[in-house]
Amino acid sequence: MGKITGFLEYQRKTEGYLPVDERTKNYNEFTTPLEEATIKEQGARCMNCGIPFCHSGCPLGNLIPDFNDAVYEGKWDKASEILHSTNNFPEFTGRLCPAPCEEACVLGINEDPVSIENIEKNIAESAFKNGYIKALPPKERTEKKIAIIGSGPAGLAAAQQLNRAGHWVTVYERDERVGGLLRFGIPDFKLEKTIIDRRIALLEEEGIEFITGVHVGKDITATELENQYDAVVLCGGAAMRRGLPIEGADLKGVVQAMDFLPQSNRRVSALPYSEDEISAKDKNVIVIGGGDTGSDCIGTSRRQGAKSIQNFEIMPMATPDRPQDQPWPFWPMRLRESTSHKEGVDRHFSIMTKRFIGNEKGALSALVTVEVEWKLGANKRMQLVEKEGSEKTWPCDMALLALGFTGSEKTLAEQFELQFDERGNVKATESNYQTTRKGVFAAGDQRRGQSLIVWAIAEGRQAAHHVDEYLMGYSHLPLKGEGDLPRL
Amino acid sequence: MPLEAQGLYLPEFEHDNCGAGFICSLNGNKSNDIIHKALEILVRLKHRGAVNADGKTGDGAGILIDIPHNFFKSQLKFELPAPDNYAVANVFLPQKENQRHFCENTLETQLREQGLDVLGWRTVPVNRSVLGEIAAESEPFVRQLFVAKPEGLDAHTFEVKRYIARKKAEHAIWNSKLSEASLFYIPSFSTKVIIYKGLLKPEDISAYYLDLKDEHCITRLALVHQRFSTNTFPTWDLAQPFRFICHNGEINTLRGNVSRMRSREDLMKSNWFTDEIKNIIPIVLPKKSDSASLDMVVELLLMTGRTLPEAMMMLVPEAWERNKSMDPDKRAFYEYNSCLMEPWDGPASIPFTDGTYIGAVLDRNGLRPSRYSVTKDGYVIMSSEIGVVDIAIENIESHGRLEPGKMFLVDMEAGKIIQDEDVKRSIVSKHPYKEWVETNLKHLKDIPYGACEVHQPKAGLETRAKFFGYSQEDISRIIMPMAEQGAEPIGSMGSDTPIAVLSERPQLLYNYFKQLFAQVTNPPLDGIREELITDISLTLGRDHNLFEITDKHCKKLKIKNPVISKEDLEKIRRVEDNGGFDTATLNMHYPISEGVNGLERALEKLVEEAADHIDNGVSILILSDRGVDENTAAIPALLACSYVSHGLGRLQRRALASIIIESAEPREVHHFALLFGFGASAVNPYLVNELIAAHALNQQLSYEDTEKAIANYNKAVGKGILKVMNKVGISTLNSYRGSQIFECIGINSSVVKKYFPTTTTRIEGIGLNEVEREIALRHEKAFKAYLAPGDLELEVGGDYRWRRNGEQHAFDPISIAHLQKAVKNNEPDTYKAYAERINEQSKRLLTIRGLLEFTNYDPIPLEEVEPWTEIVKRFKTGAMSYGSISKEAHENLAVAMNRIGGKSNSGEGGEDATRFYKTEDGDWRNSAIKQVASGRFGVTSNYLTNAKEIQIKMAQGAKPGEGGQLPGPKVDRFIAKTRNSTPYVGLISPPPHHDIYSIEDLSQLIYDLKSANREARINVKLVSEVGVGTIAAGVSKANADVILISGHDGGTGASPLTSLKHAGLPWELGIAEAQQTLVMNNLRSRVVLECDGQLKTGRDVAIACLLGAEEFGFASAPLVASGCIMMRVCHLNTCPVGIATQNPELRKKFKGQPEHVVNFMYFVAQELREIMAKLGFRTVDEMVGQVEKLQRTSVLSHYKAAGLDLSPILHKVTVPEGSSLRNTENQVDETEGAIDFEIMAKAHPALYRKEKTSLEFPISNTNRAVGAIISNEISKIYGAEGLPDNTLRVVFNGFAGQSFGAFSTSGFTLVVNGATNDYLGKGLSGAKLVIRVPNGASFASDENIITGNVCLYGATSGEAYINGLAGERFCVRNSGAKAVVEGIGDHGLEYMTGGVAVILGKIGRNFGAGMSGGVAFVYDPHKKLADAVANDALNLLSVESEEDQAELHQLLENHYNYTMSSKAERLLLNWEEEVKHFVKVLPEEYRQALIRIEKENETINN
Repeated sequence: MGKITGFLEYQRKTEGYLPVDERTKNYNEFTTPLEEATIKEQGARCMNCGIPFCHSGCPLGNLIPDFNDAVYEGKWDKASEILHSTNNFPEFTGRLCPAPCEEACVLGINEDPVSIENIEKNIAESAFKNGYIKALPPKERTEKKIAIIGSGPAGLAAAQQLNRAGHWVTVYERDERVGGLLRFGIPDFKLEKTIIDRRIALLEEEGIEFITGVHVGKDITATELENQYDAVVLCGGAAMRRGLPIEGADLKGVVQAMDFLPQSNRRVSALPYSEDEISAKDKNVIVIGGGDTGSDCIGTSRRQGAKSIQNFEIMPMATPDRPQDQPWPFWPMRLRESTSHKEGVDRHFSIMTKRFIGNEKGALSALVTVEVEWKLGANKRMQLVEKEGSEKTWPCDMALLALGFTGSEKTLAEQFELQFDERGNVKATESNYQTTRKGVFAAGDQRRGQSLIVWAIAEGRQAAHHVDEYLMGYSHLPLKGEGDLPRL
Repeated sequence: MPLEAQGLYLPEFEHDNCGAGFICSLNGNKSNDIIHKALEILVRLKHRGAVNADGKTGDGAGILIDIPHNFFKSQLKFELPAPDNYAVANVFLPQKENQRHFCENTLETQLREQGLDVLGWRTVPVNRSVLGEIAAESEPFVRQLFVAKPEGLDAHTFEVKRYIARKKAEHAIWNSKLSEASLFYIPSFSTKVIIYKGLLKPEDISAYYLDLKDEHCITRLALVHQRFSTNTFPTWDLAQPFRFICHNGEINTLRGNVSRMRSREDLMKSNWFTDEIKNIIPIVLPKKSDSASLDMVVELLLMTGRTLPEAMMMLVPEAWERNKSMDPDKRAFYEYNSCLMEPWDGPASIPFTDGTYIGAVLDRNGLRPSRYSVTKDGYVIMSSEIGVVDIAIENIESHGRLEPGKMFLVDMEAGKIIQDEDVKRSIVSKHPYKEWVETNLKHLKDIPYGACEVHQPKAGLETRAKFFGYSQEDISRIIMPMAEQGAEPIGSMGSDTPIAVLSERPQLLYNYFKQLFAQVTNPPLDGIREELITDISLTLGRDHNLFEITDKHCKKLKIKNPVISKEDLEKIRRVEDNGGFDTATLNMHYPISEGVNGLERALEKLVEEAADHIDNGVSILILSDRGVDENTAAIPALLACSYVSHGLGRLQRRALASIIIESAEPREVHHFALLFGFGASAVNPYLVNELIAAHALNQQLSYEDTEKAIANYNKAVGKGILKVMNKVGISTLNSYRGSQIFECIGINSSVVKKYFPTTTTRIEGIGLNEVEREIALRHEKAFKAYLAPGDLELEVGGDYRWRRNGEQHAFDPISIAHLQKAVKNNEPDTYKAYAERINEQSKRLLTIRGLLEFTNYDPIPLEEVEPWTEIVKRFKTGAMSYGSISKEAHENLAVAMNRIGGKSNSGEGGEDATRFYKTEDGDWRNSAIKQVASGRFGVTSNYLTNAKEIQIKMAQGAKPGEGGQLPGPKVDRFIAKTRNSTPYVGLISPPPHHDIYSIEDLSQLIYDLKSANREARINVKLVSEVGVGTIAAGVSKANADVILISGHDGGTGASPLTSLKHAGLPWELGIAEAQQTLVMNNLRSRVVLECDGQLKTGRDVAIACLLGAEEFGFASAPLVASGCIMMRVCHLNTCPVGIATQNPELRKKFKGQPEHVVNFMYFVAQELREIMAKLGFRTVDEMVGQVEKLQRTSVLSHYKAAGLDLSPILHKVTVPEGSSLRNTENQVDETEGAIDFEIMAKAHPALYRKEKTSLEFPISNTNRAVGAIISNEISKIYGAEGLPDNTLRVVFNGFAGQSFGAFSTSGFTLVVNGATNDYLGKGLSGAKLVIRVPNGASFASDENIITGNVCLYGATSGEAYINGLAGERFCVRNSGAKAVVEGIGDHGLEYMTGGVAVILGKIGRNFGAGMSGGVAFVYDPHKKLADAVANDALNLLSVESEEDQAELHQLLENHYNYTMSSKAERLLLNWEEEVKHFVKVLPEEYRQALIRIEKENETINN
């Protein structure tokens, strides 16, 4: 299996990118694919490890060595079959996943890891191109009905799995289009929306019903749902955004990333939006928050024509290499540079925004920061200490708050009288994904808290098995099996 | 009294080996002296026997002599008829008078019933005071019974009648429930000979049996024997000789032989016996030793009218199968008889006599030594060693040896020796065997293919594959590689998945069986290099009455490779068209809805149907599982096969038909091995065929290529089975068939008893319910379960490579990630997370120890427990050679272990001498343990001298019973240097140690190694399997200091996947069995018990300790600590972390530090200390063997594991107060009194001042390993370099003992005027050995056997000049010594990798097998060499180059100068002509390596 000496012969290669000037002129994806022969070589780099740590590092439990080998052999149909057996939507993860698998790749101990994610994307794309991916409706129906609330990756994955088990699945989405954050949170330059559409078309063909523009909890109540369906799966995400409750936070120009990005996406997709226009054009933009959303804000601001873009992160700058206490194969907190970063941004670390300053019109004109240090406190926790005399004022027309999320929205959950965990997520354990209410399940960010797409799909799949089991007394839907690498 | 089974100990696994011999007078001279000379043989072979814990009781010895007619006449009150007209029974009787009378009466009654005259009894005078305590406890009362031959009765009928009477008396008495019934035994009952034997040391035989000392007690012949038994509770009746034979060796195929004999009984009919025939059944009594069983069959064959030599030819045939040059009549005889009797296979030198003929046969492998001398005054002396009787050199007519498969026979009546070919010619010409075979024996290959039946399966391929439990891994890792390469795939790093009964996943029944393998008491074989002695062909069809010899007996169907294709099977189905072999196909099906009852009913029905078919004339039964569907499940083929086989036995029809299995189940070699092992005669794996065909279709292969792929697969399985057979020392599938050489683990005894009778199962487990449940689970999955769209049809697998949804592995991403983080950053908490992951038995049922928990807590403060620094001194790292792992990884372990006072192990690869000395920074890269494995790589005097412990690797957990191979490309200059071999020349580790074919050989090697380093402990590494306890007892008696019991799951650089998974047992069973047996036999105190095999945590260590281990080995875990990530590619040289690789680029990636290993050992010791504190042990010593601190876990919901009964593991042997549970004393120092000390006393000037010194000593065969001690002293002072050439010269006169010149080092010259025994120059390390015919001899040197078998084994340098013939396996694994010899036996120069051998005379078969390096010059005037050469990769060249001629000339000149060889003289005198008759033998690999080295040297020089 695999090419025994492949890793000694070939270097890691991933897709290229169009030049910055060119790609920032529009919102299209800008990768330049590899030749098929090169991808096969990349597959050949996989060592077919006795213990494939990648397979453990992947929250989906993707059978990475197996599909790598199939790619190396040029058996793209088989690769797609293997890949889809654990991952409903590899075209999403192949583009958007931060690839914990690659951090856990054995080759990564002392070489560049196998370019697993890119291989995954290529498997998915070749499968679409060659028609290997077909609607797979169930052969028999159980006549059980399931409502899935939310059409993000968790909801979609749960829907597809439960439909495969023969249940009738209805997905509710309050927006007018399906996809959740995939569609409205993630900019097109990372995921063109046709990618979502072609998958949704397949899901519909398989028999899943999508009801959009309906806000469950408002337009339809929990009781009505329970009456109509045999089970309900909450996949509404962790929609509560974290704010920045400091002086001037209400100034015009202090904008939540999750207001900024959806509007931009709607504009790109020519969808209507109701709020005021938010644009970075000709503005001094400061993106507060150094995560993926922050990065998306940077790329979007760049494309909107910002005058300048700064990025603040309260944590210290991580090293590009692994920290000693997060050795291979664990997921390391290290400095990551996204394509948006590369398009031009000044990144600042160990910096905290103290207050926003407005101009006479009540619009943001500047903000004040202070440098911080992290010190071990008395309770053995790291504590934030401001550096004296490090205050600095930055001219700023638009501050984008990309500070993460604080948990599930409460409305529907409260109607179901669900309990929450201490982090504000709907309470349900991985043993069965069932909430404190019988027949009501939760998966994805709504259960787990904000996380990765790959986790959302994994949760959707796992939850589907348990929902199926709840309905039927047994389930033949696959589980990913144990073996997730713990997070340090 | 023999021990009863208890705990894990089973008496049936006891083994014995021994010394044997005979003397006879060709002239018919009778004397009492012969008795004493014969007994003297035994005394001189004492080192081949053993003494028990009481220091007095031997394992048994005895003597067979002519009936001393006149002596008896003088002793008896009643009249004796003339010689031959009466028989004497020597009878062992109960001591208690009342019981004795019962036995005597019973015997008399039976004799009278046969119409025989009982003349009277004589009480044999004995001296009980010589008995040891153990012997006295089981001593019988010995009396002799005299029975007259009725007038007119012929000798044979008289014999038959005695036989019937004896058998009936035995049955009656043994079934009588007398308390002393087991003492009753009749050692001999003959008109010609009588046997005196007992649980005696050889020197005590004549002291005990006063008859033997009486000068009137005279004989022409005397056959003697002494046992070395692995157990210490041997019995009187098992002492040898037996009635017709005695046996040195072991019958590996015993179980199969016995069960086949059982089935033949059904067909026995005889006019001599008439109705009485049922009274002699069973022919082979249960619970007797292998030798005793063989004797009983010999006896039966004699009753059929066959002669003793003919019987021996049937039972121990030559390797005729591949011998093309064999006389066609003899071949036909053997082929004919292979239809009647499978070989009794195993190492065997079998002296035999019926009083008229006395002789011996040797097994086909020549695995036991048998030397003989004929004197001019008419005596023949044969024994395991030469020099056991003093004979003046002038009196010697000739010395000879018994050759593999050959017979040595003396006709006492004619007073002459009959040559092998003469004996056999007369036997094979008695019937027209050739004609019979040609007409009757049908070969499958000769039957034409016809239209093949098209099977229309009721379910799709994938559905059926699912039902039969196929995973993608099965296809991609097992089946396809075999179809592509025609060989079994290789894996590495052991197995860390749970045994079948602990697995959550439905398992095939095969997985509950483990292959047994040979260790110590008999050797595994090398079916690759010694192919000519192996054979996997089988004959199918009906057996016939053994009492007849007719043409119909060989009316059989012969299959060359019994793994057959669908087409072949169809041919067999149709074969009746060609007449003769009626077949019937029986379905192995049951209705799934009926569950376990249905399964049981179906099995019963199968047997009934089979019997009916047989009654209707069917002789080939095809058990088929074709046709499963949603209502029908398949019976596991193994279950059906075994049950039908045994069921037919019960119904007395087993011998009437053969069984063919047509099944979708078998896919791995192990599966096939089991089917044959439980009685199948051919197997068609049709689903595998289909899968290969489907794959071929997918790959668009042609029809021919598909056929080829299937044939490849079948071939690979055939080879694999051969390997499985060879592992336990069996050469032919005919003997292996039905031999059940497996242990069952995890099936309960009622199922085993019913379906797999005579198979061992010791810890219970699942019943038929669970077996059925596993089938039902798979059935549901295949036929009922709804496969969610998008899911994979076949499961991925995960047995060989970890997968989330696959089988559990102890080392998984989580445990490895934690362990590596813990040791790198020294984080105790992270270690805890690791240990929990390994130990969390409630969640992951991985091991047997996972089912155990600590109990009987008696806490003490942690501080009171001995410190970790003390504990780690008991820790060792596993044997991994430099070569299998990189220099960096190897030295890292050594440095770490030396830092903490533990021990690292060199593995079998030698060690660079620079590592023996500490570095400037104080670190020490020296491995404390130096391993001696079968390849003997780099094993020199200096290497051994620098060891604290020397480990003899008898077996390796990952592949017990197998050898290994380091391919040429991996042998770089550095590895070649440490292994004393040639760069780029492949190195083979043979499956056996060629100097250990039996327990007494191991004892010899231990003696050799103790001589080579008297300070080092000798450690013998065994692998856990049933019977390892008795082997350990034997090893303890053989004087080992440490016994290591390895688990089956140990890591390895490379092993066939079958062995990785299916051979050997978990160490929990092995260590417990060893502890129990050693304690029971009061042998525990003499040895240190060590345990290894996937030890990973302090908890593991604690459990091993409580079960009896006191030292602990770790291999995989410290490697993981050093960076290993279980890549499992060790065999591919591509280890990406620089551990198991020699690639310089990859080696750079090694990032392990000694600290990491130290941290690991520290963490484990600390965890152990915490457990000790809880249990209340202050020291490990206190803790050893305290099994009461363990109990079985109570939390168990696992449906399979619930049936396990671990009480045998937790059994505590009741022993007298004060018996030791751990090592408390040292072994006796046997080297004391060695002749080396006498020499040393006179050799001071040479040893300490390098002055040339010459000395002379007498020598005898009891002087063993001469030279090793002195060489050890030289190595201590001068290191590898030794002394300057010829500094110390010692001349010995006489017959040297075994291992003469072993490990002798440079500067030392040893000369023998006389002859030597086996293992001459073992591990020769630079010394010069000269063995010459003494002055005064009248025989020709090139016809005289002057030295024994296995000369120069593993020699690395030095010279040997041998003025005569050597035995088998000359220069085996020589890698640097130069030798001149005047002729050699079979398998010469086997595995040789370097050095030069000059052979001036005849050579045996299979010359140069596995020879990859070195050069031979063979004098071959009659151009016979080419026929003897076994190896295509050898170039046979003329000696042309000046260099070659010069070297050859020089060696001949040396030979002449040292030995005065007349042959050398003749050749030198006529050099110009004679050099043309020399052939240079040059291995191709070596030739290319030399070219490559030369090129490299040029580059370096430029």
